[in-house]
Amino acid sequence: MALTDFDRELIAATQTGLPLLPRPYEAVGAMLGVSGQQVRERLASMLEEGLIRRIGAVPNHYRLGYVANGMTVWNVDDRLVDRLGERVGALPAVSHCYRRPRRLPQWPYNLFAMVHGRTRGQVELQAQAIRELLGDACSGSDILYSTAILKKTGLRLNPG
Amino acid sequence: MFLRVLQPLKPPMIAPDTPSSAARFDATDRRLIDRLHGELPMTERPFADVGRDLALSEDEVLERLRRMLANGTLTRFGPLFQIERAGGQFVLAALEVRAADFERITALVNSLPEVAHNYRREHPLNMWFVVAAESQAAADAALARVARITGLEVFSFPKEREYFVGLRLSAVQAGEAKATDGAD
Repeated sequence: MALTDFDRELIAATQTGLPLLPRPYEAVGAMLGVSGQQVRERLASMLEEGLIRRIGAVPNHYRLGYVANGMTVWNVDDRLVDRLGERVGALPAVSHCYRRPRRLPQWPYNLFAMVHGRTRGQVELQAQAIRELLGDACSGSDILYSTAILKKTGLRLNPG
Repeated sequence: MFLRVLQPLKPPMIAPDTPSSAARFDATDRRLIDRLHGELPMTERPFADVGRDLALSEDEVLERLRRMLANGTLTRFGPLFQIERAGGQFVLAALEVRAADFERITALVNSLPEVAHNYRREHPLNMWFVVAAESQAAADAALARVARITGLEVFSFPKEREYFVGLRLSAVQAGEAKATDGAD
């Protein structure tokens, strides 16, 4: 799927956020010289196509009380990782779950699952649940806790 | 000299939560956050429509969102683009940064507009950032630039497969859990 010029303008106009005005889509349309209706229609089709995941609020987890943020990483048998990854991703405490390449020798882990909790104890309980699910297919793991958000802006496309 | 020009005095850091920040939003804010985790309606006056669900006026919804954005409870409000669907790339990458160099390297890495997120983590690989770019070539170029300006080896971890992405953290439940803790 290639982006049209209008798509690029629409992304550039909304990637930092929607205007907090009673008619936000009309406000975006006014910036781009189109109607609010056109903005809504294209955003709706982008949602359908998956080009937009969702339109809504992105909270600061820390502020919500989820102060323990652990990137759990696992060395999982390549033959089993896809089947097991789906099951790890389905656990309620896992917000993101991916397969990624190992970087040997420094980095032996190929399954990444982000786990959030109010305490590190909660994160460790969830990690234990993942460990049990992976069983013998897993030959090593670690939890990397975040200690500071250094940047969180999201996508920034140049309007081109 | 060159570095001094690029480097802000302090990298913007959002510190982990402190007890006082919990008071910056109330139960209604939590319900609003949970409601807006889903979809903002694609209607002419979406905030009025969301407000109707929560028994809030349109003004109240907007006012609460403005306040939560201003005080950092929300980091953003709007569409989350999944640029991979249009050929774009999100690439996770990590650096091993000496503690004494951490602020300087943070400023350098954050200076790239392609760096969408950056977290400090407890590990020898202690800086983990995400590059978001419009193409594989642009992502590779951004990673190469990080290596060049920092002088550090960049470990990149492009996603090979996505099993799940979703935010299932409930602000309401977090609030209830906190209240329960307090009562114990």
